[in-house]
Amino acid sequence: MQVTRFAERAEGPAERMAGFMAHLRMNGIAAGLNETETALAALSRVDVGALDDVRSALKAICVCDADQTSRFDELFDAYWRNRGRSRDRAAVDHSAHNLKQKGSDTNRVGEGAAKAAGKADTPDDEGEGGVGSHGTGKLIATTSKAIERTDLRRFMTPEDVERAASVAERIARSIVDRRSRRRKAAARGAALDLRRILRRSVSRGGEPIDLFRKTRPDRPAHLVALLDVSGSMTVYARVFLAFLKGLISADQTTDAYLFHTRLARISDALRDSDTLRAVNRLSMMAEGFGGGTKIGASLKRFNELYAAQSVNGRSVVIILSDGYDTDPPELIAEALARLKRRGARIVWLNPLKGWAGYEPVARGMAAALPHLDHFAPANTLADLAALEPWLGGI
Amino acid sequence: MSWQSMQAGLADAGYVASDDLAMALFLAVTLGKPLLLEGPAGVGKTQIAKTLADMQSTRLIRLQCYEGLDASHAIYEWNYQRQLLAIRASADEHLPAADVEERIFSEKYLLERPLLAAIRQDVAPVLLIDEIDRADEEFEAYLLEILSDFQITIPELGTVTANTRPHVILTANGARDLSDALRRRCLYNYVDYPDRGTELAILHKRCPELEARLAEQIVGFVQALRKEELEKKPGVAEMLDWAAALAGLGVNDLADDPDKTQATLVCLLKTERDRAAVPKEVQQRLAGKAA
Repeated sequence: MQVTRFAERAEGPAERMAGFMAHLRMNGIAAGLNETETALAALSRVDVGALDDVRSALKAICVCDADQTSRFDELFDAYWRNRGRSRDRAAVDHSAHNLKQKGSDTNRVGEGAAKAAGKADTPDDEGEGGVGSHGTGKLIATTSKAIERTDLRRFMTPEDVERAASVAERIARSIVDRRSRRRKAAARGAALDLRRILRRSVSRGGEPIDLFRKTRPDRPAHLVALLDVSGSMTVYARVFLAFLKGLISADQTTDAYLFHTRLARISDALRDSDTLRAVNRLSMMAEGFGGGTKIGASLKRFNELYAAQSVNGRSVVIILSDGYDTDPPELIAEALARLKRRGARIVWLNPLKGWAGYEPVARGMAAALPHLDHFAPANTLADLAALEPWLGGI
Repeated sequence: MSWQSMQAGLADAGYVASDDLAMALFLAVTLGKPLLLEGPAGVGKTQIAKTLADMQSTRLIRLQCYEGLDASHAIYEWNYQRQLLAIRASADEHLPAADVEERIFSEKYLLERPLLAAIRQDVAPVLLIDEIDRADEEFEAYLLEILSDFQITIPELGTVTANTRPHVILTANGARDLSDALRRRCLYNYVDYPDRGTELAILHKRCPELEARLAEQIVGFVQALRKEELEKKPGVAEMLDWAAALAGLGVNDLADDPDKTQATLVCLLKTERDRAAVPKEVQQRLAGKAA
């Protein structure tokens, strides 16, 4: 978390509130002028002496989804309660001044905080050492072997990466294009079904009383891609990530996830038009990139959190992994079976399968096999392209 | 009015709201902003709109969203059939075409749908836009426009501006991601499963005749059940159903008659797999924990 210093010299509540919004923005919550205005209006309607009231009010205004809800308290404390620490020193010379100000309200927030027992966050002056602030977000604890392998990624030229992305886009389009060109009768639709209207109007003396419509039936297939970015997959991760980005950009409904020991949804990050921010968001999510793998646990988590909403009979779940797992293999089998029950097709792309003499002996892989609709190699771009006809055929 | 009085008012109307939720609702009402509620199914998102309408003794106008919901079902539609009949009827009167046109595009031939109805009320109603995530993105964009101006333009009639600002409550449970624009325009509250104390208060409010000990067992059991791995976790509504079922069967203690308790689990577990995941042994363990 990035820490902003509470603006001690700020003139009145408006500026402090603006500072708070800036603090939120820096930490990934989109709060702007509009929110500041609303927040100031709200503060005039709640008891600003009660810290929890202010917290609830600002939470309702600034937060936009469940994830931000869970982070908000920490951010709130970091900003407003910093002030609590230095309050004693500043109290005397500020109090007289504050009395004159019409809205000394926000200052009392700080006061309440000072009284409330609890941990006040230490301000981080330089902002260094913040996990999310810079860097690749890689955990130190990866083995030296993983780092050696990481260097291999340099052999992947930018052209390779670009080609992967274009192959991926073509695959995604091959599915999208399968939407029907014909129109068929429907209860709602953009076009009028003149033939049926005329036919029915006969019985009403030629007046077209009943309007019938027709529309293009939608047959959207929906791709969900899960990419393993554990240590053993590092060599391939970059090209596969480009592949994922291609899939994502071809269709709005496509979803992408990364997993190693944790699972993270990266669809939004990949769609982010600001490349730098996208990289930051990705690296934050991929803490532990290049470490161990928990495929079973990750798939299970996917089932619990996302599958219920995003996977249905029209979905194709693509798993990109080498099948080396530190969890018991039953977990994978169980998770895949559950996913399968949702009616989805499951494709497993394994970069190791392209090697001569490869047998799926890794226990995780062996457990997964019975549940797969398609098991294919993925160590060259041609392998990825070979997915296209298969997807086109379903 | 303060948010505490809002919370107390909700409680009087039979809804136990958390501090955050009461605050969000209070701000939504006083600041005149829409409130977006997200959370798992069955935690009382829809109910709060109903309760708010009761509390303010005003009308609740509900728009249930679904895939393919369009303007003619959400805002207004001309009554084509009536218009056609009117044209036929006026054919014999030999009126000028302009008169006929004026007549058939008057309010009489306008079918009011929820959104138009909401902004034409004299007393500010509660407008509940339920499961907004089920509607298409195009509709969401249209909704944004209405939520910011509270006016609707009907080309043939002119612009209808709101007499009073309705209290707008939107609910969503994650069928798809909502646009940032919509999220930013609304106040937000994530309604999660209630904690033990709150849930007990809800149960007490809804079934005051229930014995205190059984109520605690029920809440404890349901809370423990939510920690199990289930496809569909039981919500508050299911918990209340179950409590009613137990009360109706005259059960005084969950441990008294395991078979009976097991049979009533149909109120809580709604898929075949979840039923299989909670056999009698697990049920006994959970009941033991709850006691």
